[in-house]
Amino acid sequence: MTSAQAARKGIRPALPLLAPAYLWLTVAIFLPLSAMAFFSFMTDLPMAGREWSLTLKNYAAFFSTSLYLTLLWSSLRLGLEVTAWCLVIGFPAAYVLAKVLKGRAREAIFLLVILPFWSNGLVRIFSWAMVLREGGILDTALNAVLPFTVSIDLMYSYPAVIIGLVHSYVPYMVLTCYLTLQAIDDSLIEAARSLGASRRQVLRRLILPLAMPGIVAGAVLIFVPVVGSFMEPRILGGRTGTFYGTVIEDQFVAVFNWPLGAALSFILLAVVLLILAASAPILRRAQQ
Amino acid sequence: MKLTGWLEGVGRFYVGLLLAFLYLPIVIMALMSFNASPFYQLPFEWTTHWYSDLSRNNQLLTATLNSLRIAVMTTVIATILGTAASIALYRYDFRGKRILQVLLFPPIAIPWLITGTAMLIFFYGIGIGRGLHAILLGHVALALPYVIVVVSARLQTFAPELEEAARSLGASQWQVTRRVTLPWIMPGVIAGALFAFAVSFDQFVVSYFLATPGQGTLPVEIYAAIRKGFTPEINAVSTIIIVVSMGLMLVTARFFKFGGDR
Repeated sequence: MTSAQAARKGIRPALPLLAPAYLWLTVAIFLPLSAMAFFSFMTDLPMAGREWSLTLKNYAAFFSTSLYLTLLWSSLRLGLEVTAWCLVIGFPAAYVLAKVLKGRAREAIFLLVILPFWSNGLVRIFSWAMVLREGGILDTALNAVLPFTVSIDLMYSYPAVIIGLVHSYVPYMVLTCYLTLQAIDDSLIEAARSLGASRRQVLRRLILPLAMPGIVAGAVLIFVPVVGSFMEPRILGGRTGTFYGTVIEDQFVAVFNWPLGAALSFILLAVVLLILAASAPILRRAQQ
Repeated sequence: MKLTGWLEGVGRFYVGLLLAFLYLPIVIMALMSFNASPFYQLPFEWTTHWYSDLSRNNQLLTATLNSLRIAVMTTVIATILGTAASIALYRYDFRGKRILQVLLFPPIAIPWLITGTAMLIFFYGIGIGRGLHAILLGHVALALPYVIVVVSARLQTFAPELEEAARSLGASQWQVTRRVTLPWIMPGVIAGALFAFAVSFDQFVVSYFLATPGQGTLPVEIYAAIRKGFTPEINAVSTIIIVVSMGLMLVTARFFKFGGDR
């Protein structure tokens, strides 16, 4: 796409149109992020006349006890597990959407798949609480079907957190995989088949490599917010739901150790940026 | 060929299962808002009791009003500023333009937990403080990149010769924008506006860190209520939110084709 056909030179005439939006972004996003970086090196809140000085102790706190590293690791693992489940569940669905369904049926089902993630994430997590609690729907339904009594109480457990997060994020994977799968020419697949490739070979040697940018984009879109999630583990995980995100939340709303919270947030930001940087080459390849 | 047909059947069934997984909890939650038992006990007994309770719950009503007000203001501000910026990015060429475009992605890509806590620190530090005004400030910033991306996508389909033609016929810059460019990109602008509304109306994380006690948006109040213990009233208000935001999305889909080809 050539976006610059109409382009006229010079920033001066563009400035009045650009400045309001970018000033707003600066005040509400870029300055806060910079402030957080600075704040993470402070001993105390620099307000209400309190004494403060520069320090490394917030970062020392992260590295000296194993607590935060362990939590960061469990959040990263949570991110990996949720991403893997989303891929396993979402990719086949994207394939069916892109290659099996046609016309209006495809359009309608595609819309149905992405519709939920435009509804409130908090409410969807809450809806799982309805299903998973003891005496909840899953419990009742299973006991109605099975001849013996089972007690399903998944609520406040690790699997509950996984289920809730996969439910929240699987539409991303379907969406991104669908977009790349749809771009694969059907005649390529037919050609490979007529040359004697088995279904498995077609999948492994043709479809998966071509769909890789979509898979990576979906994985990034899921992994990054899951590592920073705190509301989902709180509601569905209960006591077992302590992760890196919930500890950051605590620093700001319960313990009021903002400098430590800022340091923990900033470390998370560094991890996120590393992941984004690592995935950039594959995503850039997709644009070309 | 027979095998292919069979596999396709399995594929369709699988997509059906996925849809069940996606919608079942939501449907159950909605059903429970019409169930008489306050402890979600079955058998199901129809009632609208929880909705009438909700209509008398001042805290939740205030929060709903706050949410709507902020979402509408966010939509207006973000759509106007975002559309202006998109037109500038499309029409003019200058050094650093690429950087400005890349800068749109951090607000989308960085987890809201980080953005939200950073806003809390900064707004507190420079005296803006917390509250509804801070929430509005944050929501507009979150919505802006979405508006710019959506409107810019629409601008890609615009023929710049039209602007040139209008100009050579003596139209002023403002006339060109108002009579030629804006009508063409209007579907994109409307889609961008709906995105902005959805981003703001469903936003929980950033609002949560910027809200003051008793002056929250709806998701913030719902979170507080869930942590105190579930009541079917939360189901009722959640059902309303789900219906509103899904309805909104369906409207958006009419204006803006997702997934491209047809």
